[in-house]
Amino acid sequence: MSIAEVTQNTHTVVQEDEETVTTRVDEILASYTGVKAELIPILQQVQQAFGYLPEEAMSRIAQFVEVPECTVFGVATFYAQFKLVPTGRNIIKVCRGTGCYVKGAPRILEETEKILGIKDGETTPDLEYTLETVACFGSCALAPVMVVNDKVYGSMTTDKVKKILDRKGRH
Amino acid sequence: MNFEEIKKQAMSNWEAMQNSGKARILIGTGTCGIAAGAEDILETLREELGKNSIEADIIQVGCIGLCYAEPLVEIVKPGMPGVFYGNLTPELMAEIVRDYLTADNPRPDLALGTRGEGTINGIPRLFDLPVLKPQVRIALRNCGNIDPTDIHHYIANGGYEGLSEVLRMKPQEVIDEVKKSGLRGRGGAGFPTGLKWQFCHDSPGTQKYIVCNADEGDPGAFMDRAVLEGDPHAVLEGMLIGAYAIGASEGYIYIRAEYPLAIQRLRTALEQMEKCGLLGDNIMGSSFSFHIKIKEGAGAFVCGEETALMASIEGNRGMPRSRPPFPAQSGLWGKPTNINNVETWADVSAILQKGSGWYASYGTEKSKGTKTFSLVGKVMRTGLIEVPMGIPMREIIYGIGGGIPDGKNFKAVQTGGPSGGCLSASFLDSPVDYESLASAGSIVGSGGMVVMDEDSCMVDVARYFLTFTQLESCGKCIQCRWGTKQMLDILEDIVSGRGRDGDIELLLELSEAVKNGSLCALGGTAPNPVLTTIRYFRDEYEAHISEKRCPALVCKALVSYYIDSEKCQGCGICARACPAEAIKGGKRMVHVIEQDKCTKCGTCLDVCPAKFSAVVKISGEPVVAPTEPVPVDSKA
Repeated sequence: MSIAEVTQNTHTVVQEDEETVTTRVDEILASYTGVKAELIPILQQVQQAFGYLPEEAMSRIAQFVEVPECTVFGVATFYAQFKLVPTGRNIIKVCRGTGCYVKGAPRILEETEKILGIKDGETTPDLEYTLETVACFGSCALAPVMVVNDKVYGSMTTDKVKKILDRKGRH
Repeated sequence: MNFEEIKKQAMSNWEAMQNSGKARILIGTGTCGIAAGAEDILETLREELGKNSIEADIIQVGCIGLCYAEPLVEIVKPGMPGVFYGNLTPELMAEIVRDYLTADNPRPDLALGTRGEGTINGIPRLFDLPVLKPQVRIALRNCGNIDPTDIHHYIANGGYEGLSEVLRMKPQEVIDEVKKSGLRGRGGAGFPTGLKWQFCHDSPGTQKYIVCNADEGDPGAFMDRAVLEGDPHAVLEGMLIGAYAIGASEGYIYIRAEYPLAIQRLRTALEQMEKCGLLGDNIMGSSFSFHIKIKEGAGAFVCGEETALMASIEGNRGMPRSRPPFPAQSGLWGKPTNINNVETWADVSAILQKGSGWYASYGTEKSKGTKTFSLVGKVMRTGLIEVPMGIPMREIIYGIGGGIPDGKNFKAVQTGGPSGGCLSASFLDSPVDYESLASAGSIVGSGGMVVMDEDSCMVDVARYFLTFTQLESCGKCIQCRWGTKQMLDILEDIVSGRGRDGDIELLLELSEAVKNGSLCALGGTAPNPVLTTIRYFRDEYEAHISEKRCPALVCKALVSYYIDSEKCQGCGICARACPAEAIKGGKRMVHVIEQDKCTKCGTCLDVCPAKFSAVVKISGEPVVAPTEPVPVDSKA
């Protein structure tokens, strides 16, 4: 499956209607004053609420901090944390740090990709899983490391990947 | 309440805890402890204490650095030294509670070591073990010893005494003290900290800023995370001291969002400081006022660069700008700004507490003090270490680290992350300090230290780092944006068997261009992994290019697998496991890998029973195996 297909699929499933997005964004904005320095924290909080940055939310934020929409888009696309498309309910992150790399991270990623049927950066069509790689979790002494939602799993093997993902109800 | 009263209360709390007559159990619950299973251990511990009706204080501490032994617990019984137990499982934890806490058997068979006054027969002293003996813990002084969520623990161990002293000094005296200590920036560049402060202090302006750079982005490095999780006040006190010396009233901590626990610990610490009058207006009753805000990074490696970091705090894309003007003249919102790294700040608070002379007594002439490193990769004892500058690399890898596991040979050590280099065995007896690492083509960097054995291909490692820097290049400078891409393309070619004569020279030429044509250190140092691997492991590049051979058997395109017909017993395990269905065989038949179908995933090698060990991995030589399955018995 191509990334485009995945993206298309996911978008139709969870797209919030414009009104809901605006209401929720306004709720978030209420605790800010509207200066440019707040842009990144606002984007972070909005992403936390929706799992990604809906387009309407970004225009609303642009008005609020009084910058052109392209500036908000520029910031949102610069930082790896921000997603412009919806992500899965479970976020699986495989570390590609050096410590993990020399201890076999590429095989952990391969195995995860194989089990989930998606590549790094993609989301399963049922919106259950998003697979990401992360530069380093800073848990290098336990390399290779994988993080499922916020739980860190250390000393990973391909067998452990199977077990962890099985427990999440997937084969 | 003034500081003296707070301190008195902290001391009396601390002493009450020491003399409570109850056992104290310290458990490491930093991110790595939790990942290793500390939460399960904690649960078992609570259950077992309850079941056996034992009253004990459980204290959750930060990382003591023995990551290889996580989950790790220290049990301190009244009148006894603390006993460390490592690699715990819930079952072992339950056993230890029964044997040592309900009875008096400290289980020397399970104990790692003791610390504190007194000895226990059969258990070595922890700090006499090879892993800890060469270490000097300054930035990590409290990590693993105190509860990082309790400011009283920090204060009872000398915390904020440096600050209270500083507030009685003139700002210039504070700067002079830091200068005398010889402390250099621990974030990577090694610029003298006192001098940096002086520049910012001398800059005209009433509004100045202090920034703590906690955007620890080097893959393979976690020193700053450990300090922030295990002893946040050490860093915060350092920031207060710096702010006072420079004349700043506002500070920022720029921390990567990948460190949720560290962020949480910082927030708790800031709240407690405010309550104790150690943050806000008129700190410790003086005229000094200071406020700190936390800014979470959003996942951009380049934001570790100071001008990019400031752009990010201001709400912009994190792109570096040219210097001058330096942040000391024109930083955040155009105001004089001083940025130091987490470890530097933690060192500052120790220096102002114990004196510059004490700090400068460690290290070498030009590299004073200690440095933390995250020792990871192919080494027996992975962990977080702090050593005096100038210690020989061999002592770190073989002494502290215990050497290379599985009887393999040392091949390289990578220091300084993507900005650093890979050093060969010839460097093992050189001292680890700013100067000697630089002369070897690498850098001290923030402190990542990744050990590699014979199973690592150095060309592949160079490719790995270039993939990283190429991805993280902000795109502002063309030499960095496209130069790293071109270099990566060449390296991809080499590892895929498409290397050509002249590729090495081309890489060297591009390296120069990228170094010279980039504004910031990301581009300026991006070629280092390539340059050092060419310098120390040129033969590996040549083997890939001219012989299409990967000596470490790593590069997929250059390796083949086959089944040794002498050894195969026809069990069929490999054929069933092969995801590409590339293995032909049958019951009691010598199995055969169809080379054109094989995806080189290595599954057959993993699953072939050790008693047969029939799957062979080769590179650069022809496959010598039958092309069709034959009966096992017909081999002879």
